[in-house]
Amino acid sequence: MTLTETPTRDDVNLVEVRKVRHVYGKGAGANLVVLDQVDLSLKSNEIVGLLGRSGSGKSTLLRAISGLIRPTEGTVMVRDAPGDDTAHGVAMVFQSFALFPWLTVLQNVELGLEAQGVAADERRKRAIAAIDLIGLDGFETAYPKELSGGMRQRVGLARALVVQPAILLMDEPFSALDVLTAETLRTDLLDLWCEGRMPIRSILMVTHNIEEAVLMCDRILVFASNPGHIIAEIKVDLPQPRKRLDPAFRALVDDIYARMTARPVAQPVRDGAFPGMGIGMVLPHISTNTLAGMMESLSQPPHDGKAELPTLASELQLEADELLPIAETLQLMRFAEIEGRMIRLTTAGKRYAVAEVDARKQLFAQHLLTYVPLAAHIRRVLDDRTSHQAPARRFRDELEDFMSEDYAEKTLNAVVSWGRYAEVFAYREDVDVFSLDDPG
Amino acid sequence: MAFQSPERMSPALLARFARRRLAPNRADLMTLFLIAGLAVLIAHGAQQMGRPLSQLSAAPISLDIARLPGYAVLTTLRMFVALAFSLLFTFVVATLAAKSRKAELVIIPALDILQSVPVLGFLTFTVTFFMGLVPGQELGVEAAAIFAIFTAQAWNMAFSFYQSLKTLPGDLDEAARQFGLSPWKRFWRLELPFATPALVWNTMMSMSGSWFFVVASEAITVGKTTVALPGIGSWLAAATDRGDTRAVVWAVATMAVVIILYDQLLFRPIVTWADKFRFEQTASQDPPTSWFYDLLMRMRLLPRLFGSVPRTLDQLPPLPKLPRIRPPKPLNPLLAQALDWLWLAAVILGAIGGAWLVVRYVGETLRWPDVMRAFGYGVLTLIRVLVLIAIASVIWVPIGVWIGLRPVWTERVQPVAQFLAAFPANVLFPIAVGAIVALRLSPDIWLSPLMILGTQWYILFNVIAGASVLPTDLKEAASIFHVRRWQWWRDVALPGIFPYYVTGALTASGGSWNASIVAEVVNWNHTKVEAAGLGSYIADATSNGDYPRVALGIAVMSFFIILINRSLWRPLYGFAARRLRLD
Repeated sequence: MTLTETPTRDDVNLVEVRKVRHVYGKGAGANLVVLDQVDLSLKSNEIVGLLGRSGSGKSTLLRAISGLIRPTEGTVMVRDAPGDDTAHGVAMVFQSFALFPWLTVLQNVELGLEAQGVAADERRKRAIAAIDLIGLDGFETAYPKELSGGMRQRVGLARALVVQPAILLMDEPFSALDVLTAETLRTDLLDLWCEGRMPIRSILMVTHNIEEAVLMCDRILVFASNPGHIIAEIKVDLPQPRKRLDPAFRALVDDIYARMTARPVAQPVRDGAFPGMGIGMVLPHISTNTLAGMMESLSQPPHDGKAELPTLASELQLEADELLPIAETLQLMRFAEIEGRMIRLTTAGKRYAVAEVDARKQLFAQHLLTYVPLAAHIRRVLDDRTSHQAPARRFRDELEDFMSEDYAEKTLNAVVSWGRYAEVFAYREDVDVFSLDDPG
Repeated sequence: MAFQSPERMSPALLARFARRRLAPNRADLMTLFLIAGLAVLIAHGAQQMGRPLSQLSAAPISLDIARLPGYAVLTTLRMFVALAFSLLFTFVVATLAAKSRKAELVIIPALDILQSVPVLGFLTFTVTFFMGLVPGQELGVEAAAIFAIFTAQAWNMAFSFYQSLKTLPGDLDEAARQFGLSPWKRFWRLELPFATPALVWNTMMSMSGSWFFVVASEAITVGKTTVALPGIGSWLAAATDRGDTRAVVWAVATMAVVIILYDQLLFRPIVTWADKFRFEQTASQDPPTSWFYDLLMRMRLLPRLFGSVPRTLDQLPPLPKLPRIRPPKPLNPLLAQALDWLWLAAVILGAIGGAWLVVRYVGETLRWPDVMRAFGYGVLTLIRVLVLIAIASVIWVPIGVWIGLRPVWTERVQPVAQFLAAFPANVLFPIAVGAIVALRLSPDIWLSPLMILGTQWYILFNVIAGASVLPTDLKEAASIFHVRRWQWWRDVALPGIFPYYVTGALTASGGSWNASIVAEVVNWNHTKVEAAGLGSYIADATSNGDYPRVALGIAVMSFFIILINRSLWRPLYGFAARRLRLD
C-alpha cells in the first residue's frame, strides 16, 4: 500500500526564506556569521540540493527551516507558517540517523505520530504502512543496534514519512553510509519519488557530495562559506534516471567543482581561501603527511605538477570538501596554486616533493614562518622572551578576539602540528606551553 | 560527582545454580509467591511503623533469633522507602537544575557540598526535628532514620541524572524537538531512557552506601533520649552493649542474606533490563544476565495480567491538549546578563546569611580555642584517612591488577568485592573492638583500620575493572618488547588503571571520613574504646546532646572533605581524563 494523498499541484512556494542571517557565538567579539543574506524558495514537486563545504551554513539553514533554530535575522515561512512553529508540515532525516536505541523499529517510526496524539491503532497501521513502503518489513521488532547503517537510515526515512510532511528535509542523509549502501538508498528514494508513492511534495537536502547533488536534485544551490551565502543556483535538466558516466553529467559536476573553488574577485589572490586575515586566519587542521602525500601524487605522472581537482578527487577517493582544504592549505603556503578547476605545484612544491626528510622540513619551516602569520607570531614571541617559553593560553586568547573558541582551538592545533613537524617550536600539552626547547 | 559504572556487573553468583530450565507455569507460580510474600512483609512493616512511641520503649529490642527476620524486613523496608524518596528527589531536583540556569547555579554547588558533608553527624538534628514533627509516635523516629538513609543515597543519584540530562545526544534531542514531543513524552522517550544505565548504577552504589547508615541510625542516643527502632541496626547495638558475640554473628549472616536477596531479586534484573538503554549503536559483547529476569520473562500467566496495563494506559484519552509553549524570544543579552548577576547576588547574600547564622549559633557557647581544637582533631583524622588509603592502595592495587588480568578470577572475585563494598562494615566493629580490649592494643592506632574496613573494597573492585579492560594490543606490545617488572607497572599497568583507581580511592576516602564518626568511638560490653579524632569529637558531642559542638564538628569535617576533594582528587581526575584516556 502507499501513503500517498493526491498532492495538490499548486505553484505556491512551500518554503520561503528571506534575507536570513544567523550568528553563532557569545558576547560581542567572537561572533561567527554562519549565514548572511540567504534567500530561498521551494516549490512543489522538486528536489532541491544545498551544496557546499562544511561550515558554509547549509545545515544551519536546514535547521532554521525545520524550526529547530530561530535565525538571528530574516524570515522563514513554511507553507505560510513562521518557521519556529514545529507543528508544520516538515520532517527531517538526520545524518547520524538519530534513532532512539531503546525503541524498536516500529516504536521509532511511531514516535512522531505519538507526539501528534494519534490513537494507538491508527498509529500502528500507519507506521506499518510506512515500514512496508521503505522496505523494512520483517524488522518491526528489531532494535536499531541490530541493524546495518543502511537499514537504520531506512528507519529514519520511514519515521519522517509517516507523519506525512509536505516537505522532507534531509541533512546529509547518505554521508554516514558506505558507497554501495548509499547508492542503493539513493536509487530507492528516487524510485519512490518518481513514482509518486511518498506523501511528500518536495525534498530539500543538504549534501557536500557534488555527484549526489547532480544525481538527485532538480535544482542545486551552491553555498560558499565565511559567511555562508548562496553563490550559484544551478538547474539540473537531465532526465531521470541519470547516469554518472553521461558526458552532460560529468560536465555539470566539473562546472560545479569550478564554482566551489572559485574565489570572489575582490579577495586578494594569496590569502583568499581562509576566513580572517593575518594571525586571525582560521586554519584547517590538515596533517603534514596529507600535505606531503598530495604534493607527491601531484608531482608524479600522469600529473607532472598539475591536475584537475575533480580528477584528483576521484583518484584519491576524496570528497570535494575533503580535498579543497588540503589544496588551499598548500596554496596558503605557496606550495601550490589553484586556478579554477586546476591545481598546480609551485617550484617550492616540486622541490619539496622530491627532497629528503631534513630538506623537506627546512623548506616547510621556511614557508610556514613566511606565509602563516600565526606561526611567525608564535616564533617571534618565543624568540623575544629570555625564557623562550610562552603559555598557549596567551595565543588562544588572541585568536578568540577574531574567532569563536572552537575555531581558535582548531587553528591552534593546526599550527601546533605544523610547527612540530617543521621543528620551529615545541609544544607541551600537559602544561599547555610553547617553547623553543629541542628535546633531542 | 556521580559514580561511573566500572563495567557492566559481572554475572551473578547465584545465577549459575539457579539457571535451570523452568517450565513457564512454574515460573509464574514462583513469581506469584515471591510477590505475594513481599506484599505481606511490606504490609506488616508498615503496620509496625505506625505504633506510638510508648509501645516501642515498652518492647525493647530482643535478641531472640526468631525476631531477626522480622527486624531484617523492617530495616530493608526503611531503605527502600528512602530510595523511593531519593528517586523522587532526583527526578525533580536534577531536572530543575538541568532545565533552569538559575536553579542550576544554586543546586549544583549545593549538591556538591551536601555529598561531602558527613551524614552521620546530622542525626542529632534530624532526630530532634522529626520527633518534634510527630510527637509521641514511632513515625517521627522512623522518619528521622529514613531521612538519614535518604541523605546517604540521594546526592550522587541526582548528580548522575543531571549529568545525563546535560549530555543528551544532540541528534536525538533535535529529533525529539523536530517531531514535537511534549515535555512529558520527551521525559519518558528520551531523557529517562538515556539516563537509566547511569542512574541504575548510582542507585546500587547508594544502596550499598546506605547500609552503613541504616545500622548507625536505628539505635541512636541524643542527649537523654535513647531510641531503638526495631531493626538489624538496633539488634546489633543491643548485642554490642551486652557483648553477645553470637548475636553479632547472626546479624552479620542475616545482613549477608538480605544483601544477596535484593541484589538477585531486584538489582540484577534491573541491570539486565537497563542494558537495552545503553547508548550504543552496536550490540554489547557480554550483556549482563539475571536468572530472576529470565524467570520473569518466561512467565505465561502474569504477563497476561499485568502486560495489558501499559496498553490500557495508552488507550486512556490523551491529556487535554495544552497550548503549545513557544520558546520565549531570547531576552536582550545585556538584560539577561543583568538578571543573572542579580540572581547570583541574591544567592551569595543568602549563603552569607546562612554562614552568619551558623557562626552566631556556634559562637554563643564556643570560642576560638574550641575551633582550633576541632581543627586539630580534623588533622588527626585526615592523617588517618590518608595513611589508610595509602596502605589499602599498596595492598589492593597489585592484587586487583593481578585479578583483573585473569578473566576467570575476575569473574569469581568481582561479585565478592562488590558484595563486600555493600556490606556495612560497622557490623563488624564490635568484634574488632573485642580484640583490641582483649589484647590491650592502643585504640589511637588500632581503631583506625575500622574506618577503611568497608570502603577499601571500592579501590579493589575499581582496580579490577580497570585492569580487566586494559586493551589486549597494549598487553601484547608490552610482552613482545619484554617490558617487565617495575617498567611494566610504571608504563603499562598503573597508567591503565589510574582513572579507575582514582574513582575507587575518592569513594573510599569519602566513605572513610563518614565512617570515622562511628569508628573512632566504639562500645563493647560496656567498655568504651576511643581514639582521638574529629569523628570521636562529633560522636561524643552527639551523645552529650552538645549541639553547638556537633555543628562545629560537622562544619570542620565538611571543610576537610571539600579541601581534600578540591586539592587532591579533582586534580587527579583532571589528569586522568586528560592524559590517560584509552581511546
